[in-house]
Amino acid sequence: MTQDPLSSIIATDEQMLEGGWELIVGLEVHVELATKTKLFSGSPNRFGDEPNTNIDPVTLGLPGALPVLNKQAVELAMRIGIALNCRIQPCIFHRKNYFYPDMPKAYQISQYDIPLNIDGFLVLPSGTRVGVERAHLEEDTGKSTHVGGATGRIHGSDYSLIDFNRAGVPLVEIVSRPDIRTSEHAKEYVAELRAILEVIGASDAKMEEGSMRVDANVSVHKPGTLFGTRCEIKNVNSIRALGRAIDYEARRQIDVLDSGGTIRQETRHWDDAEGRTHTLRVKEDADDYRYFPEPDLVPLAPSAEWVQAVRDNLPMLPAARRTALSALTGYDTQSEAVIVVVERGQHDYVQAVVDAGGDAVRALIYVQQGFADAGPVPAVPAADLATLTVLERDAKLSATQAKTVLAELVEHGGGDAAAIAAAKGFEAMDTSAVEAMVDEAIAADPGAWAKYIAGDEKASGAIVGRVMKASQGKADGKIVTAIMQSRRG
Amino acid sequence: MATIPTTASGIAAAIASKQITAREVIDSYLAQITARESDIHAFNLVTADAARAHADAIDADIAAGRPIGPLAGVPIAYKDNMCTHGIETTCSSKILEGWKPPYDATVVSRLRDAGAIMVGKTNLDEFAMGSSTENSAFGPTRNPLDTSRVPGGSSGGSAAAVAAGFAPVSLGSDTGGSIRQPAALCGVVGVKPTYGLVSRYGLCAYASSLDQIGPFATTVADAALITEAIAGHDAMDSTSIPQPAPALVASVSQGVAGMRIGRVTDLPAGAEPEVIARLTEAFAALEAAGATIVDITLPSLSYALTAYYLIAPAEASSNLARYDGVRYGLRVNAVDTNSMYGATRAAGFGDEVKRRIMLGTYALSAGYYDAYYGKALKVRRLIAEDFERAYAQVDVILTPTSPVVAFPFGDKVDDPMAMYLCDIYTIPTNLAGHPAMSVPFGTGAHGMPVGIQVLAPALGEAPMFRVGGALENAAGGVK
Repeated sequence: MTQDPLSSIIATDEQMLEGGWELIVGLEVHVELATKTKLFSGSPNRFGDEPNTNIDPVTLGLPGALPVLNKQAVELAMRIGIALNCRIQPCIFHRKNYFYPDMPKAYQISQYDIPLNIDGFLVLPSGTRVGVERAHLEEDTGKSTHVGGATGRIHGSDYSLIDFNRAGVPLVEIVSRPDIRTSEHAKEYVAELRAILEVIGASDAKMEEGSMRVDANVSVHKPGTLFGTRCEIKNVNSIRALGRAIDYEARRQIDVLDSGGTIRQETRHWDDAEGRTHTLRVKEDADDYRYFPEPDLVPLAPSAEWVQAVRDNLPMLPAARRTALSALTGYDTQSEAVIVVVERGQHDYVQAVVDAGGDAVRALIYVQQGFADAGPVPAVPAADLATLTVLERDAKLSATQAKTVLAELVEHGGGDAAAIAAAKGFEAMDTSAVEAMVDEAIAADPGAWAKYIAGDEKASGAIVGRVMKASQGKADGKIVTAIMQSRRG
Repeated sequence: MATIPTTASGIAAAIASKQITAREVIDSYLAQITARESDIHAFNLVTADAARAHADAIDADIAAGRPIGPLAGVPIAYKDNMCTHGIETTCSSKILEGWKPPYDATVVSRLRDAGAIMVGKTNLDEFAMGSSTENSAFGPTRNPLDTSRVPGGSSGGSAAAVAAGFAPVSLGSDTGGSIRQPAALCGVVGVKPTYGLVSRYGLCAYASSLDQIGPFATTVADAALITEAIAGHDAMDSTSIPQPAPALVASVSQGVAGMRIGRVTDLPAGAEPEVIARLTEAFAALEAAGATIVDITLPSLSYALTAYYLIAPAEASSNLARYDGVRYGLRVNAVDTNSMYGATRAAGFGDEVKRRIMLGTYALSAGYYDAYYGKALKVRRLIAEDFERAYAQVDVILTPTSPVVAFPFGDKVDDPMAMYLCDIYTIPTNLAGHPAMSVPFGTGAHGMPVGIQVLAPALGEAPMFRVGGALENAAGGVK
């Protein structure tokens, strides 16, 4: 069998597409670095300012202006390299030459054959390992707005406006190996990458604002043959869109191949509203970028001490955080709760709740369910949440009551859980009272009870619902179920 | 009124000691410009009003006892490819006509801080591409010593300005000989410092890895003085050497006793016999002054011109891509953006600039890079290694600056190869990044001046100026 030299990863049976096709995906992710200033000048790197206010002779590519490399950008790029298990090497910058109105010098300063970070990998939460070919530094372009005309593109527009605030903003382009075999893994890769970038402070990594931009190289082939011709998908503006775009593109390519056609190497544009990709340009139209070493910059060779200092100061990465959270709560590292809480950066908060005497499992679940929009440091003091978890664990509150109190805590940014429960008249019911309510509910709905006795677990819902209603939510669902099971015998 | 000194150092001293005023000096130089500029065309722009105002301000400072800079009141002219805040900077190209930079080149701000007064912006071959100043979009500059002849180039305006007495000193830029060759042809001193010694910030780039700013002067000591004033690290230029400016003026009068002077035995042929004769006399003069002449070889020198005409155009093709009509300078409107680029660049650039952009674009293209640009970089390394071997044996090397003396207009302008050969002796130092200077040393054919070139290793400005000073002393006795 022939194996493609680009990647040795082979899809599992359940990862294969219909008809024996294997999907091959590699991702190119551009991230804007969270530096104070631009990559080669002192103008602020700030999103959302008045157009053309964060500019200077270097940004505008005025005659005579020269680039000076931003040390903070190099440091953030090295953080990315280290977090992605790359080798950091002495490197140089190249000029990538092409004409475009929002490209002030008519060349982009980028890295070509000798980039800063090479040969890394990223292990996804699901355990899949994706190779990282390189992560290199380059400058962003300005932003064009094409006014008039039908398409919003430069062709056919009446005029164009250019904002150079973004020109010269530092970017790191992270190029994966074509190791991804499903759209789910592609989404997982981007989500994990985003979590890493946030954790290490390299970028705010917002796909919606364009500070993280993902292009997908997609092809299909039959296992044992060389990879198929790939298409590059652009304009993917969310993780969800990435999955949809890959699935659509794979389907499109398979349809073409199954009907005897061939795939043309091209760049395609994802239209999220239409749910399909369009040809943007074919490879034959591609520019010859005439790369050559940038003579205005000197080689960049970070010292071993500098690299080590960056390594030593790197915060705990998401994978390690999942392991720690798993050890704390007993939940699996791949469980939804652990993944989500780490992705949101709230693992330290869960730890703080436990440190304040809280129940670990309840803390994890409360944070997962109640703090989706709270950010890494929720307003509710950890001690307040700890109190709530203990009340529930000690059966002073039912799960339903605890949820209500949690909502109050979130709404008011904290509070005394016991006092809130008391104010709402929540008190733990003694078991005999609950038993009486269960018996009443059985009497009220003998049909449901008969089904339940016959083994229909779903029928319990009607009984539990009656008990909850009668107790005004004070009864603990678990206790109700236990009583029902004992009645069933 | 006291006599106006003819050197920068003399002017600065006379003004500081209140023998003359800055205003008297500037009026005298502006009068000379008024008298001869219409014949010479050294300038694209004379900034007479601003110069007088600056001189008055210096005189006011002196009258009030306020501190003044070391070059206070010294008139200076800048090649018109150096950015001057709010003052038109054209590179002698239609594509930049009318463009006023919002900032000063580092050399300009350093000299202003030192008290030097700008008298104007000098003419050049468009974007510093040429050896005669005939490639200016605004008409050629004429050699003040014979107005039927070229002043050399590309810094022909700056060389002519000093030779014509329009300013005691000026700045040029040297990518393949553009300071030294016009200095030789106009009979003045011209210096290309070590690459990185002088900041390039604000110099409109021709070939970034070769470009270097340096002075023209009537004396070697003035050239050393101005080099000192503009040298030293600049954080705005990543290729700037992180060292303070060296002291150089003292070297000029130190003599050459005990120095080893290299004579290149395999120098590429083609120099006029009178030029070779002056070179022989120069060696003799230095030997008489106590130096030892050592024969050396530089075998890769014959490839320098070819390597240069790949590397420089390659960088130029990229450096000049920014002149696209989008943000500044000329724009020729057209139906779409790509057509606008084409129309703007077709109308805005002259033939020589277009020729080099095409050469460079080709040399960098996919499939040709290794054969052309890649190979040129290898030659560049070989040349550097040749020089390294040579400088193990000698302190400096002496060659002619230009194979020919100033030639008549039209002589070479239609024959690019003949024009390119003018730089055959000056180009190797640019490729190596080394310093070199041209010192007037007698005359050649038609009574036109001959320049002798002193080459030195990287940061060898001090020994270079020692030899330059000795040559200047000896020049009085030659033909």
